[in-house]
Amino acid sequence: MESQIAEIAQHTGGVIGLSWLMIAFPLVGAFVLLVFGRFTNRWGHLLGVAMSLASFAVAVLGFFELIGFGEEERRRAVHLYEFIPGMVDMGLLIDPLSISFALLITGVGSLIHIYSIGYMSHDEHRRRFFAYLNLFVAAMLLLVLADNYVGLFIGWEGVGLASYLLIGFWQFKPSAAVAAKKAFVVNRVGDFGLLVGMFVIWTTFGTLTFQGLGEQITPGTENGTMLAIGLLLLLGACGKSAQLPLQSWLLDAMEGPTPVSALIHAATMVTAGVYLVVRSGAFFFPEGSGAALAVAVVGAATLLAGAIIGCAKDDIKKGLAGSTMSQIGYMMLGAGLGPAGYAFAIGHLITHGFFKADLFLGAGSVMHGMNDEVDMRKYGGLRKFMPVTFATFFIGYLAIIGFPLLSGYFTKDGIIETAVHHQPILGWLAVLGAGITGFYMSRMVFMTFFGQKRWADDAHPHESPSVMTVPLMVLSLGALGLGAYLVLSNRLMLFLAPAVGRPEELPAFHFTSTPGLATLALVAVGAAFAWMRYGRAEVPSVQPRGSFLTTFARRDLYGDALNESLFMRPGQWLTRIAVFFDNRGIDGLVNGLAAGIGGSSGRLRRIQTGFARTYALSILIGAALLTGALLLVGNI
Amino acid sequence: MNSIPAPTIEYGTLAPLLVVFGAAIIGVLVEAFAPRYLRKAIHVPLTLLSLAGAFALVLVQVLRGQVSTTASAVGALAVDGPSLFIWGVILVLSFVCVLLINDEGHFVASAAAVPGSADEEEAESAGGGHTEVYPLVLFAVGGMLLFPASHDLLMMFVALEVMSLPLYLLCGLARRRRLLSQEASMKYFLLGAFSSAFFLYGTAMIYGYAGTVSLPGINQALARGAALDPLLMIGLAMLGVGLMFKIGAAPFQAWKPDVYQGAPTPITALMASGTLVAAVGAVLRVFWVGLGNLDWNWRPVIWGVAALTMIVGSILAITQTDIKRMLAYSSIAHAGFLLVGVMATFGTAEQNASSLKAILFYLAVYGITTVGAFAVVTLVRDPGGEAGHLSRWAGLGKRAPMLAGVFAFFLLAFAGIPLTSGFFGKYAVFAAALDSGTQPGDSMGGWMAALVVVGVVASAIAAFFYVRVIVLMFFSEPSADGPAIAVPSMGTVTVIAVSLLVTVGVGLYPESVLGVADDAARSLFIR
Repeated sequence: MESQIAEIAQHTGGVIGLSWLMIAFPLVGAFVLLVFGRFTNRWGHLLGVAMSLASFAVAVLGFFELIGFGEEERRRAVHLYEFIPGMVDMGLLIDPLSISFALLITGVGSLIHIYSIGYMSHDEHRRRFFAYLNLFVAAMLLLVLADNYVGLFIGWEGVGLASYLLIGFWQFKPSAAVAAKKAFVVNRVGDFGLLVGMFVIWTTFGTLTFQGLGEQITPGTENGTMLAIGLLLLLGACGKSAQLPLQSWLLDAMEGPTPVSALIHAATMVTAGVYLVVRSGAFFFPEGSGAALAVAVVGAATLLAGAIIGCAKDDIKKGLAGSTMSQIGYMMLGAGLGPAGYAFAIGHLITHGFFKADLFLGAGSVMHGMNDEVDMRKYGGLRKFMPVTFATFFIGYLAIIGFPLLSGYFTKDGIIETAVHHQPILGWLAVLGAGITGFYMSRMVFMTFFGQKRWADDAHPHESPSVMTVPLMVLSLGALGLGAYLVLSNRLMLFLAPAVGRPEELPAFHFTSTPGLATLALVAVGAAFAWMRYGRAEVPSVQPRGSFLTTFARRDLYGDALNESLFMRPGQWLTRIAVFFDNRGIDGLVNGLAAGIGGSSGRLRRIQTGFARTYALSILIGAALLTGALLLVGNI
Repeated sequence: MNSIPAPTIEYGTLAPLLVVFGAAIIGVLVEAFAPRYLRKAIHVPLTLLSLAGAFALVLVQVLRGQVSTTASAVGALAVDGPSLFIWGVILVLSFVCVLLINDEGHFVASAAAVPGSADEEEAESAGGGHTEVYPLVLFAVGGMLLFPASHDLLMMFVALEVMSLPLYLLCGLARRRRLLSQEASMKYFLLGAFSSAFFLYGTAMIYGYAGTVSLPGINQALARGAALDPLLMIGLAMLGVGLMFKIGAAPFQAWKPDVYQGAPTPITALMASGTLVAAVGAVLRVFWVGLGNLDWNWRPVIWGVAALTMIVGSILAITQTDIKRMLAYSSIAHAGFLLVGVMATFGTAEQNASSLKAILFYLAVYGITTVGAFAVVTLVRDPGGEAGHLSRWAGLGKRAPMLAGVFAFFLLAFAGIPLTSGFFGKYAVFAAALDSGTQPGDSMGGWMAALVVVGVVASAIAAFFYVRVIVLMFFSEPSADGPAIAVPSMGTVTVIAVSLLVTVGVGLYPESVLGVADDAARSLFIR
């Protein structure tokens, strides 16, 4: 059995007592930038960056204050105010899990803010962009810091809103507007699951705070209600984290500006589902339960689907999006394995936050230098023209394929080994997924930076300004060393233990375990295959027709087709029927009612003659009525 | 020889009242002795300072925990928790109203001159409005403070008159549309006098029954005597007429639209906020303290009045074409919602406190939103004065997005949309009413639920005409010769900003006001 998670202690004062500032800073930033509009055009982006950095500073100080406490006292609840009287108090929970997220969100978030100064420098709406970025950071922080599901849900919706606004930021492009809408609608499905899950939690336990649930639920309880809650929360997590079957929006979401893809659709927002599962893990996803198994299965299926989609994309951002799906699949798989997997899931989430942001921003830097071209078939041989971008991108690439000793190696291998240990079938599927990752990521690097030039005639590739490359360098440092730091000697696992529990025995990291070696071998095979197809051989600059499998992958495994035929068309029919009945039945009733009320209003109005004598008469009649009524009531 | 014992007056407790009345009397002296050009310069700080000072004195009593638990001034006044809360609210509301009044151009230079005559022109060109406005407002505010704190019916009658008489006059002082203003003043006076007579007559009848005019005394007499005395019932009905007239409940609401439309808008704001707060406070005190033992008789009747008021208010508002008349009907509907809360003051002390809390909260938030809305109305102007007709507001959202947005927000608060203070007000009152219906032994349980249903339906109808204005402002094309948007003075800006801040702030964090209302309600009325 897993060990208990630590009690939550009430906290006042200190930096932790002020942790609401983390949310307040970017929120104020967004407010100022949106309300004061073009007055802030000149310095708006600087304010946005400053707010994000201030938030980061609070997170860092809070972190140091937190580790000053004893291990069992590292869960601090900060009461803010009574939110819905008698039901929910708004408060924050600062514990190892939430502070890890806060550091990632504000840290990577700040770097992406800085990068955006350069990336969006030619956009006339840059100020609005920073307002939305700030809004996003505030909402995401509320999501991870709230000490109850209601606060989490508000952040969850705020994040969805910010994501919608940012994907559709270039709404003059119809594709961007459609993508934003799609993301919003698909997310609603997941939100619905989370919301209903919250309803069930409330009716079952009468509380929505993590503390309250912790007091009421004995760890390991399994019954129908708990399973239902677990599956509903999983549905919510699938929506936000783009897991099967709600994955379809993520690929289209690449219509947003590239920093958005990096911040929201790689490093932070899409990890909210993982956070939800891990945070609720002790309550609704106990190790070995049906709900936990469902999480692991969804994760394994998505990691394969994402990897396969990644193999066939020629659009560099869509390739990375497929890879994001896949990597979050790994995290979900880890989150479905109980406390043994949580630390690796969160660890992979953090390292992935760095190397995927690095890759995305690298891709953005390439696009910046190539007139916003995204088709990798029009790249080729760029390493000489963009040395810094190439170097940082290459480090991110090595990290994501799990090259030994880089970040991804430690965290992904942790997940795979734990999975093989707990769920052998899913574990070996994850090994296979790693091999495919090796192929598609190598394909991306070879097509972009190696081989012949296949540029458009007017392309003049150049290195990006330092405001863009410096964040890349910082991120690639994280991609290099963070994994080893977190995983070796189980640093992260021990740190997270008070919040998420810890396995019976701590895993020791083996460099030469069977699954680990198998993974390395498959990755090497994948990379070699990619070298043969895309490094050494000529890459056609027009997409070849491809086999059935390629088409399958290019069409996102027919996910959209499935959605369209299963949901969209029947849904359209349903709306048509509903509109029909609405026009004939309900509107008739409503309009009739409105006309009736309006008519009686018109008739009643005539009483209001404007003559004082009429008014006096009405008072007299009223007095008579009142007297009569009182005498009548008295006699009953 | 019997010596007459000197009455004891609790000066500390009554200090807020004394400050306001004192300042009003000084104001009269200023009118009499200060030269014309100096008057306004003296009046404005005097009025604002006295209101602020009175508020500070209220605050001191609350903060020191010196809320008295016995009647003051030889049983004439009761300065208990609810009184102090209502005083605080009225003082804040009248303070912001005075900021509006202070704005140039609302008041006529010479009220006695015939509209359109040479006299009027002459007075107009001499400049300046009536400065008597300030002492009159102070007297009215003093009456408002006295009204809900009266502990016997005679005191209450005096308070009623002190509050009303200055308002009759103030209604007739609008600078624009003089005839409408004078008509409003006249009507208000006639009908007000009529209803006051009812009140006084009812007091006499009740005295005949109980042998006392003191509210607790009446309640004790009720416990002793036969409840079915026609003398009592008629007296109760007459008393009810006087009170229901003041809060504008149906069928005694007819004066409200005419008066609200004709009066100068800052005065309308004062009446719609301060007077309503004071009158509801007085209604609570009479029914709860004086007639608590008779609740089986009056609750069904108030049930009918509340239902009728909500329905009449919201239905009639639909066909209004003047913004101020629409707000007047909205105020009638809100009086109905408040009466729902009055119905709920019944049962255990706990139940009483919670419904009292709901009403106090409602009064505070509704009052401030109302002042804000009327402040916006003062800014949308035609050459002939304020642009009252709704068609003139079409497309305002395009021409003055800030102003229209603020107004839309106030309307949403009136409609009780979540995240505004209005939502929590309505929620608290309706919840208290439903709650009181579930009290054991209350055969009115089903009736309370039915009343809440009526209230919710009325809110839905009301939402229609609030939203209609929003649609008009934001989704219609502005006309070419649309109204001018006056550049607001500092005072008006302050009023709108404060109202908006409270409406938003309380909507997001209701506990801020709810907590204070709760403390006030827990001490209950002195019985």
